[in-house]
Amino acid sequence: MNRRTLLLGTGAALAAPALLGAKPAFAQQAVITGAGATFPRPLYERWAAAARTAIGIQLNYQSIGSGGGINQITARTVDFGASDAPLTTEQLTERHLLQFPTVMGSVVLSANLPGVADNALRLTPDIVVDIFLGRITRWRDPRIVEVNPGLTIPNLPVGPAYRADGSGTTWVFTTYLSRVSEEWRNGPGAGTSVRWPAGNGARGNEGVSNIIRNTPGAIGYIENAYAVVNRMTTTQLRNRAGNFVTPEPAAFNATAAAADWTVPNFAADTINLDGPTVWPITSPTYILLPTNPPADKVEASRNVMRFFDWAFREGSQIASSLEYIPLPASVHDLIRAAWARSVRTPAGAPIWS
Amino acid sequence: MSDMAIRVRSAPTLGARRTPGSLGDKLFAALCTVAGLFVLLTLGGIIVTLFLGGLPAFLHFGLDFLVSTRWDPVEGREEFGAFISVFGTVVTSILAIIFAVPVAFGIAYFLTELAPLWVRRPLGIAVELLAAVPSIIYGMWGLFVLVPFVQMHIQLRFGEALGEIPYVGFLFASNSFAGTSIFSASLVLAIMILPFIAATMRDVFEQVPAVYKESAYGLGATRWEVMTGVVIPYTRVSLVGGIMLGLGRALGETMAVTFVIGNANRMPSSIFDPSTTIASVIAMEFPESLAGSLQQSALFAIGFLLFVISFLVLATSRWLLRPRLK
Repeated sequence: MNRRTLLLGTGAALAAPALLGAKPAFAQQAVITGAGATFPRPLYERWAAAARTAIGIQLNYQSIGSGGGINQITARTVDFGASDAPLTTEQLTERHLLQFPTVMGSVVLSANLPGVADNALRLTPDIVVDIFLGRITRWRDPRIVEVNPGLTIPNLPVGPAYRADGSGTTWVFTTYLSRVSEEWRNGPGAGTSVRWPAGNGARGNEGVSNIIRNTPGAIGYIENAYAVVNRMTTTQLRNRAGNFVTPEPAAFNATAAAADWTVPNFAADTINLDGPTVWPITSPTYILLPTNPPADKVEASRNVMRFFDWAFREGSQIASSLEYIPLPASVHDLIRAAWARSVRTPAGAPIWS
Repeated sequence: MSDMAIRVRSAPTLGARRTPGSLGDKLFAALCTVAGLFVLLTLGGIIVTLFLGGLPAFLHFGLDFLVSTRWDPVEGREEFGAFISVFGTVVTSILAIIFAVPVAFGIAYFLTELAPLWVRRPLGIAVELLAAVPSIIYGMWGLFVLVPFVQMHIQLRFGEALGEIPYVGFLFASNSFAGTSIFSASLVLAIMILPFIAATMRDVFEQVPAVYKESAYGLGATRWEVMTGVVIPYTRVSLVGGIMLGLGRALGETMAVTFVIGNANRMPSSIFDPSTTIASVIAMEFPESLAGSLQQSALFAIGFLLFVISFLVLATSRWLLRPRLK
């Protein structure tokens, strides 16, 4: 009896795709695949779960790192790639790719100063640079005391903590330091890993956070999403306009609004922007989409755009709840316009309209 | 050996005695030879790959690569020198040996000479189990338990006091309070290599003929005198070999060290300063280094140096252990 049901069931399952094949219009879940950056993985996975029920698109996203994502989409083994760092125009034309941002992330400073409340400590760019250059060695340095009137700071030694593994977070943070300090630019410079003049290195956000938690007087930079989820004590930072800003969604959204997204390939500069409430250390994360999908990939290409179109319309809430910074609606329209303009079928017709 | 096996097997059947040159034998011999050559080929392949990968860095920096303390991976002004990571590797390993050897000696001597017979087996197995703990576990334990302990109870209490000693005080100065330091790394390494050294020493001590020790006891020697007068002189060379075996393991350890050393490519002046080792630099920077870049070549080059150092140490240990442990 049992075996018979099983056989019948198998038969039905085998027959079903054949029947469906005869009628392709029959509603079935479309599958799209993507690979790349690890930073937006939690968000893309949440978006994927929500989009499956909402618009019937199933996304398989493999977070293999930005470099891997670029390689995979160049070889066209996936439907889209994802990268934290933007590609240059030459790199994009050579690979026939369209690049667009999805959300932004921000880097915050976290310090372990017993008795100092969350977001109470104020730091200026100069102080941050000199801390990471190893120049400021005590927390009661006159310059720190000067910008923190009324705050009792314990006179602990300053222990800078940094990411020892090559990472986009380090790239964003050191780019910021290079922008605000000529000395940093000519000294350690900006990169995914640099020659740190002082401090202790650890692996990943969790390693840096561990140093900060264990060491009174330690200070380090971590991704905001990680800092919020793990309740790290963060600091204020003076932005280019001269105001002290608290790392909170309002400040991040102000950065997204202040950035100039009309630059080619959406490679907007979001570091150290001008604006009264702007948080100065943020960075977008990007999607890479082929502009010339072959005939059999046109449907997948359209589904990728449908997926992100849905994510832009309905997914901002999810992004905010995971501490990512959604882009302004005007940027979403620019991205849709770029889809319509750049992504073409082999016959030359726009895929997105 | 094979001769004997054949004789034992064929003895009961008598007659029908196979000649040693039969096909099966030849096939077996050929397969074993291939397996043996495979090891040599793999080893040679690794050396050649590392050397060729590191060649651009060796050519670009010349001998300076070995003595330079600059390690700057920033694009556009890459500059690589191996000295800090080589120094960190050697210093942490030697400190680990200094911490581990007395304890390992104690364990081995206790197991072979002092412990009651019923304790020897379980304790011996426990020591060997220590060797089976994966290194990432040591790393996590080191980071979450040992590092805070070193920070609060060793660096603050002893470091500050020892730092006052004239001339050598700087070796114990607390320039960094994060707790991740050469000292922490050496301590974790010491625990990791302890079982290897202890097991070798136990085997070596067991080689000492009982009659020597009994004669010494019979002449009225104390335990201490037996140890210093009989056991150690008899096993001296093998003991050093066992220590070198531990040193070889310490040199190449990656994950556990990476967790607790502080990963700072700077020259340390105190044992409480963070530093780095060859293995941790490679683990940290290899994933983000671009294929064919000078940085990747420099990483290959320090990998080659690590291979050479480990090879020398292990070869020495094999050579020293050879006469006693067959």
